[in-house]
Amino acid sequence: MDPLNPPEPLPRPDSTSTGRKILLESDQIERMIRRMAHEILERNQGSRDLYLVGILQGGGALARRLAERIRSIEGKPVSLGTVDITLYRDDLSTRSAPPFLKESLLPESVDNKKIVLVDDVLFTGRSVRCALDLLMDLGRPTHVQLAVLIDRGHRELPIRADFVGKNIPTGRDEVVEVSLDPPRETVALLRRTIGKDHS
Amino acid sequence: MSDFLTSPHLLSVEDLTTDEMNGIFRTADSFLDLSSRTVKKVPSLRGKTLVNLFYEPSTRTRTSFEIAAKRLSADVINITTSQSSVVKGESLLDTVRTIEALGADGVVIRHPSSGVPEWISRRVGCHVINAGDGLREHPTQALLDLYTILKRMGRFEGLQVAIVGDILHSRVARSNIRALTRMGVRVRLVGPPTLIPADRKGWNVDVFYDLKEGIRDCDVVMALRLQLERATASFIPSLKEYARLYGISPQVLRLAKPDVLVLHPGPINRGIEIQDEESFHPHSGILDQVHFGVGVRMAVLYLLMAGQ
Repeated sequence: MDPLNPPEPLPRPDSTSTGRKILLESDQIERMIRRMAHEILERNQGSRDLYLVGILQGGGALARRLAERIRSIEGKPVSLGTVDITLYRDDLSTRSAPPFLKESLLPESVDNKKIVLVDDVLFTGRSVRCALDLLMDLGRPTHVQLAVLIDRGHRELPIRADFVGKNIPTGRDEVVEVSLDPPRETVALLRRTIGKDHS
Repeated sequence: MSDFLTSPHLLSVEDLTTDEMNGIFRTADSFLDLSSRTVKKVPSLRGKTLVNLFYEPSTRTRTSFEIAAKRLSADVINITTSQSSVVKGESLLDTVRTIEALGADGVVIRHPSSGVPEWISRRVGCHVINAGDGLREHPTQALLDLYTILKRMGRFEGLQVAIVGDILHSRVARSNIRALTRMGVRVRLVGPPTLIPADRKGWNVDVFYDLKEGIRDCDVVMALRLQLERATASFIPSLKEYARLYGISPQVLRLAKPDVLVLHPGPINRGIEIQDEESFHPHSGILDQVHFGVGVRMAVLYLLMAGQ
C-alpha cells in the first residue's frame, strides 16, 4: 500500500448546494502550499526526522501535496502517512450509527519524529484533539506541529495551527469545502445549515 | 444502535446480510492493525459496559470477547454461572434483568438451550450477542472462520469447504453452513452417518461418509471437536476407530488441494480430530482463527454498540 497513491476519497458534500462561493482557485492554493512547505522546513531546519501525517478524510491530499513540495525543495523524500481518527471521536456515542473506519497508513514508527499533523480545515479543533490522542497511543514523537490549509475559526478547544494557508472568517453554519483533486482545485464557502457534524 | 447493522442484536448469522458480513470483515481489518501497536486500545466504547454471561464453560470465546471489548475501552464483567446466584436458583430472566438494571449496554450470552439469546433479546433493552446457544448457532465463531478463510485464501467464490466430524451436535457447523453457502462457498459435510443430521432441510450441502472422498480436492477442511460432554461417544463405536476413520492427518490432507487450509474451532481433542498437527503446520489456520477472532469481535462490538 503506497501512501502516495491512496484509494479514492469519498465524495465531498454536494457542490451544487445553495450559495456556493469560490474563495480560492488552483494557482492561489498552489502558492499557499509552496509557502507552507518552506515554513515547515524553516521551522524544522530541514526535513530530517520530519513526518507529515494527514488527518483523514481531508488532510490526506494536502499532506501528499506538502510532501511533494518538500521533496522538490530538499531533493529527498520526506516520511508521509495518514491517520483515521474515527475511533477517537468524542461524538461516537451521540451519533445514531458508528461511522465506517478508514485505513490509517503509517509506514514508519512515530517515535522520535517531528510530526506535522496536516488537515484541510481547522474548525472546532476536535479532530486535532483526536489525532493527538491517537499519536500518543502510537508512540512518542519528539514534536507535534499542526499545518492547515484553512483556519475558519470557532475553536472549542485550546488548539492552534503552526502553519496556516489562509485565515477565513466564517459563520458557524457555513461549510468550507476544500477540493485538492485536479483539475478542480478550489476552496469554496457554502452557505447552508449543517447538522451537528463536527469536523 | 447502528444504521449499518439492521439488527441491534447478533443472535444468528441469519441476522446479517452478505453486505453486513463484508462490512464486518472490512472493519476487522482496521482493528487487526491495532494489535501491532504499542497501545492496543482505542476509546470508542469508553463508558460502555459489556457483560459476559456464560452458562457453559468457555475459554477462548469468553476471553476473546473480553479482550475485544477492553481494546475498545469498554468495561467488562464476567459472570460464570457456577459462581453466581444462578446456583441459588435465580431464573434466567431475573439474572438478565438484574444485569440490565446494573447498567449493562450489552450482554454476551452462552446457554445450553437453543433460542435463549433470542428469547432474552425480546425482553431487555440492551444489545444481546449470542456466544453459542445449544445446538443452534454460534455466529461470531462462523464470522471469524469466514474471515480466516478470506484472509488466507483471498476469496469465497468457488471454494470447496469440508466440515468434518460431529455435525449433529455442532452449533459452529450450523452457523458456518448458513454463512458459507450465502457467500458462494460449496459446503461438504463429512462424518459417520450417526453424527450427520438426517434433517438437512434448507441446507445446500453435499454429504460424504468417507473422509478420503469428502476431502478430495477441497480448499478448506474444518475439523469439529467431538463433543464428548454431549455424550457424542455413544454415537460412535470407539474414539480410536473414529480417529482412524475421520481424524485429519498429514496423509489424508494430501488428497485435498495443495494449499489446503485446516481450521478447528477449538478446543482440540488432540490425536482424535486432528493428528500430528505440527507436521502440516503451514496449512493450519487454527491460531489465525484465535487471532482474527479478536478483530472480528471488535468489529461486531463496535458496529453494534458504538453509536446510540
